[in-house]
Amino acid sequence: MIRMENVAKAFGDNQVLQSMSLEIPKGTSMVIIGGSGTGKSVALKCILGLIKPDSGMIYVNGKDAAKGDRDKFLARFGMLFQGAALFDSLPVWQNVSFRLLRGPLKRPAEYAREIAIEKLRRVGLKSDVADRFPSELSGGMQKRVGLARAIAAEPEIIFFDEPTTGLDPIMSGVINDLIREIVTEMGATAMTITHDMSSVRAIADNVAMLHGGVIQWTGPVSQMDASGDPYVEQFISGSAEGPIEAVR
Amino acid sequence: MNPLAPLGGLGRAVLSMLANFGKVGIFALDAISHIFRPPYYPREFAVALMNVGWLSLPVVGLTAIFTGGALALQIYAGGARFNAEAVVPQIVAIGMVRELGPVLVGLMIAARVTSSIAAEIATMKVTEQIDALVTLSTHPMKYLTAPRVLAALITVPLLVGIGDIIGIAGGYVVATQNLGFNAATYLQNTVNFLETKDIVSSLVKGAAFGLIAAIMGCYYGMNSGRGAQGVGRATKSSVESAAIMILAANFILTGVFFSV
Ligand SMILES: Nc1ncnc2c1ncn2[C@@H]1O[C@H](COP(=O)(O)OP(=O)(O)OP(=O)(O)O)[C@@H](O)[C@H]1O
Ligand SMILES: [Mg+2]
Repeated sequence: MIRMENVAKAFGDNQVLQSMSLEIPKGTSMVIIGGSGTGKSVALKCILGLIKPDSGMIYVNGKDAAKGDRDKFLARFGMLFQGAALFDSLPVWQNVSFRLLRGPLKRPAEYAREIAIEKLRRVGLKSDVADRFPSELSGGMQKRVGLARAIAAEPEIIFFDEPTTGLDPIMSGVINDLIREIVTEMGATAMTITHDMSSVRAIADNVAMLHGGVIQWTGPVSQMDASGDPYVEQFISGSAEGPIEAVR
Repeated sequence: MNPLAPLGGLGRAVLSMLANFGKVGIFALDAISHIFRPPYYPREFAVALMNVGWLSLPVVGLTAIFTGGALALQIYAGGARFNAEAVVPQIVAIGMVRELGPVLVGLMIAARVTSSIAAEIATMKVTEQIDALVTLSTHPMKYLTAPRVLAALITVPLLVGIGDIIGIAGGYVVATQNLGFNAATYLQNTVNFLETKDIVSSLVKGAAFGLIAAIMGCYYGMNSGRGAQGVGRATKSSVESAAIMILAANFILTGVFFSV
């Protein structure tokens, strides 16, 4: 379980997160929606400790995320970055099985390669991409390699920052199913950021709407359409009219 | 305008430089400490050895050979003014080994290695690859910094040694081919004149400059600003600082080895 309590973060005089509070029960899938630039990516990075919040508390399984053994803490996480963040000096398969090629989880290279190819297949990539370099792939392919890397070590908690952005509708469907499967079959806790409302419906158990540095609304996905919240309603309809300004 | 305003600016510049020194110092200690603490990344170390050491050889060799040759010509021309042409082998040897070898190799390494380390790490930083490393339970200081710093610490003294030899060879070629020196006597004079201390100082300088070059590249890369501009600025600052610190360290080390 992940709990954020009144998390605040500013960059200079840009107050991105005002007081964000959110709870994600273990083994469920939370989807965060919200306008571009509202701080969704920043929120995920705060949980991971990549960005230090100015104030507020973050708990993972009841323990303060800022304290304790960082390595053990991070070993339980997988993260797909918005920009994929692949290591461009390594071929695709070594990106995917990065953890298995060095450090405490080191395995023989052939085994690591097999795992990589298996994970690549799960994100809809053929084995011939394994030996290519990230710069030789399309944006959507890079995104999927990033996804394969995030799930490669079968982490308990997985963050997906816009997993289907830049993918065609068919591939989006494949990825949505994969994320759903990881939560239901592997029992992982997932936190996904997306702008794609069909992804929200496919992936989410719960939805949270981030706006103005706070969670405007959160609830089960089944209640999203009848939320009565003007922010959520505007987001679902995609209208320029409403409380969310079109120019930000 | 307050006539003292420029002084305020100067004071601020000095303060920020001192603060920066402190940060670089802490970073350097941290970087060095990670060399000794597991996990180790032998593959990354091997790649760094290749990039810092082996691939720098051509640049170092060319720099040294031209410098040694020019040095012989200058000493011959200058020495001729008071009938001291014969000192060419001794002065070339001492000039190359004590000063020009380490300094020029150090500056070439700053140009070649510091810049590429800074640009590579800064690009990784702005494309979130450093964040990705962290989430994959890999410490960037161990995975990126430690192998490069260790590789530079080991290979730059070797490069300096090779540069010294090639520089002396450059002087030798010019002196024997153009200036009418006897080959055997030239070598004899060189070997007899050089002391152990000259060679030790050369290698120590090499190690110090290698350390500076790698650490400045890593420091500015890791602290890069955002975007392409951030990468550009990190690269520029890293080379500037490495070059200046190498020259300052050279002055200090020369003082330590050769004053009194
Ligand atoms: N490292 C940083 N330094 C300065 N400002 C930052 C940094 N990271 C994010 N920001 C700022 O924080 C705000 C929120 O950024 P964030 O990336 O979280 O947006 P987002 O909600 O993920 O948007 P999008 O949907 O477009 O990805 C932006 O205004 C951004 O400029
Ligand atoms: Mg984002």
